[in-house]
Amino acid sequence: MAEIILPPALEGVELVRSVRTPARMEYTYTAGVATTRFLRGLADGRILGERAPGGKVYVPSRGADPQLGVPTTEQVDLPHTGTLVSFCIVNVAFYGQGMEIPYTSGLILLDGSDLPLMHLIQECPVEAVHIGMRVEAVWVDEADLGPTLESIRYFRPNGEPDAPVAQPGAGVTW
Amino acid sequence: MVRDVAVIAFAQMPNVRGETVLNEVEMLMPVIQDARQRAGLDQQQIGFTCSGSTDYLSGQAFSFVSTLDGVGPWPPIQESHVEMDGAWALYEAWVKLQLGDVDTALVYCYGKSAPGPLHEVLSRQLDPYHVAPLWPDAISLAALQARAMLDAGKATEADFAEVVARSRRNALNNPNAQLAWDRHESDLLAEEPLVDPLRKHDCPPITDGASAVILAAGDRARELCDRPSWIRGIDHRIEPMALGLRDLTVSTSTRSAGEKAGVSAGPVDVAELHAPFSPQELILREALGLGDHGNVNPSGGPLAANPVMVAGLTRIGEVAQRIMNGTASRGVAHATSGPCLQQNLVIVLEGDG
Repeated sequence: MAEIILPPALEGVELVRSVRTPARMEYTYTAGVATTRFLRGLADGRILGERAPGGKVYVPSRGADPQLGVPTTEQVDLPHTGTLVSFCIVNVAFYGQGMEIPYTSGLILLDGSDLPLMHLIQECPVEAVHIGMRVEAVWVDEADLGPTLESIRYFRPNGEPDAPVAQPGAGVTW
Repeated sequence: MVRDVAVIAFAQMPNVRGETVLNEVEMLMPVIQDARQRAGLDQQQIGFTCSGSTDYLSGQAFSFVSTLDGVGPWPPIQESHVEMDGAWALYEAWVKLQLGDVDTALVYCYGKSAPGPLHEVLSRQLDPYHVAPLWPDAISLAALQARAMLDAGKATEADFAEVVARSRRNALNNPNAQLAWDRHESDLLAEEPLVDPLRKHDCPPITDGASAVILAAGDRARELCDRPSWIRGIDHRIEPMALGLRDLTVSTSTRSAGEKAGVSAGPVDVAELHAPFSPQELILREALGLGDHGNVNPSGGPLAANPVMVAGLTRIGEVAQRIMNGTASRGVAHATSGPCLQQNLVIVLEGDG
């Protein structure tokens, strides 16, 4: 650190080397029409996707087809099984984590959907997690279901043979 | 050599206190569709897209990225974002159009001011070491500025009330206004101060809103619009962050921007000023040489609706709309950002003939 030269009046005063200025603000989150349907579905033990006019199914949907820029129009009950299309093994502890490390965070493409959902992958050693692994949702007890993604505790391998996974961008044309 | 660029379409959603059903992308989609429809363009015919918003309003990092879902950015589009009012997104789009490789641009902005504690949220833009830890709210800072105006003898509380009464009366003719009424100034002056010397009506309403503009250059603008609203000058300037380093009773940055944009080079039929607090309109009038001009904020201005990150672009749209529909020939719009008019953008718009 560079030497700080103080005016005589401040000599002997303890130097301020750092300040902590905590900030906290409370927000009221508006989920929106489509995400509200998705969250209410979870409270009923269902995973609701939204189909756009172009045919793609998004879950969770924010209410717009990101390709066409138009509202999604139709709700689709999706199966609780899917394929792991990407994952990350978390080895680093961070504030507010609440999980024992290492653990796996995965992107799960539910069967019949076109947008992967992020969730935990458990009941599987981290070394065994791999792309293409078939997984299923493990739900909380019925009494604990609520309008939150935490209604699904995690996804676990369901024992089916691996499914093929397209490389990102493969087959994309415009 | 400046390339001629015009506003050829403007759309906004009706301003509301709190949009508690739709999320940002659902709220924005109809506005973007409306603007594109007015211009007769679909997204693939638009050369550049630029948006303005701030994640501090929604309380979510990178929330503007998911809002792009409502644009239809596929096949991939040329796109940019500013953490600023949409007026600055328009500035970036204007610069992009100057480069000459594209002829059209979509500019949009949105702001849900209601989900968080707005006046505390705005304090997060202040100097993080000496000012922000004190949590001065936006109304208190505006009250300091109002007090400086009174102490300098530049205005009276009756002058503030005149701005409010006129703005909210004008808003009665604006179907998109959130707050409109007809009350006499003496009635306003009888009210107790909220943060002395500001009364509640001297402050803008808290507003959720969105607006969008389509820009086009040269012949493309003439092709798409019967009466394009040409940008004759545009400039923006910023002053120091420390409030104690400037005279709060004047707006040096607005004056410089107004001179660069050429406000005084012709008659001004209409002016829309982004003055969220009533004393600020007086400061801006002086800085832009508008004096006691009779047609300032015919829409009601930010005192009628003040969606944060939107109210500046809406000022431009309100002037452009009046030029496009032939009710004005030449007008001035202004946008501000930061505390107590720290940063200011001025644009001069004009119709043909």
